[in-house]
Amino acid sequence: MGIVTLKNISKIYPSNQGNIYAVQDVNLEIQAGEFYSLLGSSGSGKTTILRLIGGFEIPEQGRVLLGDEDVTQQPPYQRNVHTVFQKYALFPHMTVTENIAYPLTVEGVTKVEIDQRVTEAIETFRLQGLADRKPNQLSGGQQQRVALARALIDRPKVLLLDEPLSALDAKIRQEVRQELRELQKLTGLTFIYVTHDQEEAIALSDRIAVMHNGKVEQVGTPSEIYNQPASLFVAKFIGKANLFTGKIINSRTVDINGYVLDIPELKSQNPGNQVTIMIRPERLQINPRTLRDQEITGKIVNCTYIGQTREYQIQTSMGLLNITKLATGTDYAVDSIVEISWSTEDCVVLFN
Amino acid sequence: MVIPATPKPSLDAANSLGMLPSISQGYTNVPRNKRPQPPIFLGVWTGITFLFLYLPIAVLIFLSFNDSNILSLPWRGITGKWYSLAFSDRPLMESLGNSLKVATAATVLATGFGLLTAWGIYRYQFWGRNTLRIAVNLPILLPGVVTGVAMLAYFSSLDLPLSLITVILGHGIFGLPVAMGSILTRLGQFPQSLAEAAADLGAKPGRAFWDVIFPYISSAVASGALLAFTLSFDEVIVTIFLTGRDNTLPLEIWARLRTDITPEIAAAATLVLLGSSVFILLNQWVASRE
Repeated sequence: MGIVTLKNISKIYPSNQGNIYAVQDVNLEIQAGEFYSLLGSSGSGKTTILRLIGGFEIPEQGRVLLGDEDVTQQPPYQRNVHTVFQKYALFPHMTVTENIAYPLTVEGVTKVEIDQRVTEAIETFRLQGLADRKPNQLSGGQQQRVALARALIDRPKVLLLDEPLSALDAKIRQEVRQELRELQKLTGLTFIYVTHDQEEAIALSDRIAVMHNGKVEQVGTPSEIYNQPASLFVAKFIGKANLFTGKIINSRTVDINGYVLDIPELKSQNPGNQVTIMIRPERLQINPRTLRDQEITGKIVNCTYIGQTREYQIQTSMGLLNITKLATGTDYAVDSIVEISWSTEDCVVLFN
Repeated sequence: MVIPATPKPSLDAANSLGMLPSISQGYTNVPRNKRPQPPIFLGVWTGITFLFLYLPIAVLIFLSFNDSNILSLPWRGITGKWYSLAFSDRPLMESLGNSLKVATAATVLATGFGLLTAWGIYRYQFWGRNTLRIAVNLPILLPGVVTGVAMLAYFSSLDLPLSLITVILGHGIFGLPVAMGSILTRLGQFPQSLAEAAADLGAKPGRAFWDVIFPYISSAVASGALLAFTLSFDEVIVTIFLTGRDNTLPLEIWARLRTDITPEIAAAATLVLLGSSVFILLNQWVASRE
């Protein structure tokens, strides 16, 4: 039993065109101590799920469980989860100290203990010297740290984060990202993190739930999501991908525009069915010293220098291949003929 | 790669097109009718408008210092006696006291109920919500005479004797939409996430209101209250219908205009003007602190 479980959750909004499902029949189980991300574009339902866990929305169907307690109908102030809002929602008329102390003030903790714990929090979150400032006198990064301190001061079991990095400058986003991960590891708390940035999700998470149109497309570790996407949507949403449509020949081969491609063995196969094959751009090798499982000849039609990498586009009988290579080493000129090689296990078969 | 050099614009070419003076030789050489004009007409018109609005009041203040027994020109010398007379005039001072009592009580009523109404409209969806919101504004939309007569008829049918109490009720009725309007506007600006954050951190709804929402709207509450007070203090029409034997200050002044037209009236009126101005400025100051 996870620390947060969603069972058959649906959030429905009635409208003129019938019911709109913000979240449709979602099942999720989040384990204690995990950094768990809900990844999707706007409208995918990820924020709705977060709000359902936090208690700001009540689902029309399904149940929300914290541990083994059914909290579906409970208002936010009864749930032992806290939220870091996208724009931090710091109380504008209170100082930093009063903001951070608020959960303890509400609880009725003694003043002495409040002072002590707030001082600790100010140390931990590097807010020294800012204790008496109001939120509008703080920078974005400082505001975020106050929001974190405030949400963590009474030691909730689960922290919900709603796109906390989106309001920060790109420059400090990387730094803060790292700090968040370290904070989570240090405290051992469960973080449930909503983002639309797939790079962020992959960098931070133990597990990711990819969401689309109110449904969960796939749940897995960053590596699983990236290397073994379960659907075409996930393959396209995460990273860059080479995608080819082809027809199944048998359980080991697919016909793509006449080229016979070997694939990892399919459990069930219907010859003639249409499938999509995905290969990540970094898995394709140009003129390798030793050929891998399969190879194809192609002509380089484009080369883009990105600094750290070079991106090639190569025309082959299979289609146009996108290849990403580190910019160290040989540079291939446009129009040169090259051999492209890859391992069979790098091919992912997608049915939808 | 060779980047082709951009051709320099030729001064001769520009000159021949007549473009040169305003660009290269600076503004001083530009013919007068091409420079931006000072807004003379706007200034004159603004001056006339202000004169039209404030000249009567200015004359009033002016004449309150006039050492003459009639409230009119000619000017017979400066004196402050009308002011000291006003202060020792018992009925006048009593009516001032009444005005203050009424205004204070009406403000409390108006602001209290205005806050409740605004909160109800903001927070809850209910049948008739929009109708309520518009209906509450009727006392200030309708002519004062209509409100006055309506309330008079109502109090009469209740056998309620006319007195300062009925005046307070009347002022409270049209103070309510004023206070409510100010508060409702401010509530509309309230970021919902703040209330959610308070709830998220453990505050029950009542607590969240006092800790987070009320501080946010407090300036609007104060502003609405000040406005309601000012309106009550100056109010004449509804008051005429609803008062018993006691007069408020404007009523007292108005009553005397028929019989006793000395500069003492002007002095009293100037005092009212001063008081109202202070409140309006206070109101602006409070509202501007957002």
